[in-house]
Amino acid sequence: MTGLPAELAASLARFLERLGGMTRFSGRVLLQSPVALLRPRLVVEQVYNTGALSLVIIMTCGLFVGMVLGLQGHDLLQRFGSEDALGTGAALSLLKELGPVVTALLFAGRAGTALASELGLMRATDQLSAMEVMAVDPMRRVVVPRFLGGVIAMPLLTAIFIAVALYGVQLIGVQFLGVDQGQFWSQMRGAVELDDVMEGLIKGVAFGVACSLIAVFEGYNAQPTAEGVGRATTRTVVISAVVTLVLDYILTALML
Amino acid sequence: MRQSRTIDISTGLFVLLGFAAILFLVTQITNREFSLRSESYRVQAQFENVGGLKPGAPVSMAGVTIGRVEAIGYDMNLYKAIVTLRIDSSYDQIPNDSDASILTAGLLGGQYIGISPGGSDQPFRDGDKVEFVQDAIVLENLISKYLFSQAGSREESAPAPAPTE
Repeated sequence: MTGLPAELAASLARFLERLGGMTRFSGRVLLQSPVALLRPRLVVEQVYNTGALSLVIIMTCGLFVGMVLGLQGHDLLQRFGSEDALGTGAALSLLKELGPVVTALLFAGRAGTALASELGLMRATDQLSAMEVMAVDPMRRVVVPRFLGGVIAMPLLTAIFIAVALYGVQLIGVQFLGVDQGQFWSQMRGAVELDDVMEGLIKGVAFGVACSLIAVFEGYNAQPTAEGVGRATTRTVVISAVVTLVLDYILTALML
Repeated sequence: MRQSRTIDISTGLFVLLGFAAILFLVTQITNREFSLRSESYRVQAQFENVGGLKPGAPVSMAGVTIGRVEAIGYDMNLYKAIVTLRIDSSYDQIPNDSDASILTAGLLGGQYIGISPGGSDQPFRDGDKVEFVQDAIVLENLISKYLFSQAGSREESAPAPAPTE
């Protein structure tokens, strides 16, 4: 076998190897998670790193996504003479799709890359090996707290994103474009149910698990070179984005 | 130590903000009401067709919400929908011959139950049945009724000029 077939076979083998490694790695992380909760200090630090530090970008983007939704939604609904349904449309689309997905993409870009490059650099500078020498399990001490931090932070970030975005919709729709405030809120309250809120939060948790897992996996298994750390960071963003969108379809099909 | 305090404070702020956002989403944009005043009584109504009525829809009198639709069931013996209305106890002087109709709020709005008062001096009590009801209006039925009446009137009017020729 030479040429193209051989290349294809080799890349398929590489893909399968990564997938297998990822599965094994996920199992180890999930098994260690309850143990890591015994040291909440480490987890809190990571909630700070992934959550609190992402707050500004999440809120800024949420505000603008909401404002755009207000403009576009108003323009579209105006054609049917039903601007009052702006609140309903915006709230449902934010809760079910835009909120969790955009938050996950921002999360991958802000927190995922930070996790991957940090772990990759630890790998490149032999810090992880040093821990092993000192009989400290780097999985338990470094990887799992980062994973848990991301899982805890994601649904909270999603909720904040949606709340801020709704404020943005309200700002444009009600304050600038003159949708009736009472209709805006009451139609929204009439149409949105608790299940819709739960759907958004469940998606937030699922994307949090996926994105954090990908970030720590890529960082932990990075090539110990400057180029390898860079590649791990890139892969984190790309794979997180693809997995988020695919997972979003599957979850939507399940919960609709 | 100072460093870790800052981390704790900002993490706490972040978590607080997150839960505040969740609370906002749950209470402010859904129609779930966390009212402490849960004194209420139940009244049942039978409908031929409830249309798009859903549990949680408002029950209103003169446009004021006085309760909510608690449950919608189907009675196999009567072939009718049984709608249970939960009405706030502060509205306990509704005449028991009042009628309940399923109405639609606006063109795109949801359906609700409107109660218009009757003339009886006996009020509704817990477990009473609403005697007079008006079903949801199904748009297809209205359209087909209109179309058939149009077709019918044309058939009547079409042969009429024939004998005059």
